[in-house]
Amino acid sequence: MNKFLAESGYFGLFFGLLVFWGSTKLCRKFRSGLANPLLLTTAAIILFLTVFQVDYETFDRGASHLTYFLTPATVALAIPMYKQVSLLKKNLAAIGIGILSGIAANIVCILSLCLLFRLDPEIYHSLLPKSVTTAIAIGVSAEIGGVPSLTVASVVFTGLFGSSVARTVFRLLSIRHPVAVGLACGNSAHAIGTVAALEIGEVEGAMSGLAMVIAGVLTAVLAPLAAGLL
Amino acid sequence: MEYVFQLLVILGASFLGEVLHALLPLPVPASVYGLILLFTALMTGIVKLEKVEKTGSFLIGTMSVYFISPSVSLMTVIAQYVDSLPAVILLCLLSTLLVMAVTGKVTELLLKPEDKTHE
Repeated sequence: MNKFLAESGYFGLFFGLLVFWGSTKLCRKFRSGLANPLLLTTAAIILFLTVFQVDYETFDRGASHLTYFLTPATVALAIPMYKQVSLLKKNLAAIGIGILSGIAANIVCILSLCLLFRLDPEIYHSLLPKSVTTAIAIGVSAEIGGVPSLTVASVVFTGLFGSSVARTVFRLLSIRHPVAVGLACGNSAHAIGTVAALEIGEVEGAMSGLAMVIAGVLTAVLAPLAAGLL
Repeated sequence: MEYVFQLLVILGASFLGEVLHALLPLPVPASVYGLILLFTALMTGIVKLEKVEKTGSFLIGTMSVYFISPSVSLMTVIAQYVDSLPAVILLCLLSTLLVMAVTGKVTELLLKPEDKTHE
């Protein structure tokens, strides 16, 4: 059976979408702020593959066709950004300072916790770029002496966690303005957070995409400097 | 066919992004270069909004499913870092909450007051 699945071109694609469809239905039913279809899908597929001892590579053979569209989908985020450009120009200072303060908070938080728990510098370097989109995070991590696979895992985990708690955090802290909501999503949880922001609204999605891009580029520049701190 | 031609524009920006990624020595992925290129093309009028809007909306609307495989790849890494896993998880949770709260709150406080009316 596993041998057949390993050679199948459609198993991962069909199975991945099937689980996602089921997860979306389930999340709609429960309507909880914490129910996130992608998180549920990820957990269910990992559980299934582990229980039935199917390799990740077998799954990815079919599912990677979906991943292929990640780049054009990210490129397409230029469209909502373009539509919100007047909002962007009007609030340029607030947006810039908001994003920068988030990046600073990230560095301070990771540095102090790594010192507190006496973690290896290797872990510090792997986690430093975890709030930005995977491809930037991998490049930065490799450059500053982190472990790229650990970085990818923390990036994905951060994205899934961030997009699951986003609505709850905004409600508790009464963050209501669409620009603030969007920037917070993109700055903390990159592209996965942007998906969550798009579900809240178009302005939120556009701002999240913007924060993702700016935070990504700034992290590529700032992380090598912050890496020297530990 | 409209969807296909619109896809062509977006794939063109993706490909040019790959070219920039290969030429420039920064750890910036092709997708981010592509996004900046498409944004610039829209701003300068080289690409009209109608030429990308439909396929763009489709790609953005279905973005979640493109993350399924990268998310599932978590399972290949977890086993390697069992010892430091609790600390790494705690660090991710705390820093994500902090960045979200700080970014949101700071932006909210700095936004122009007249804008707050269209909540």
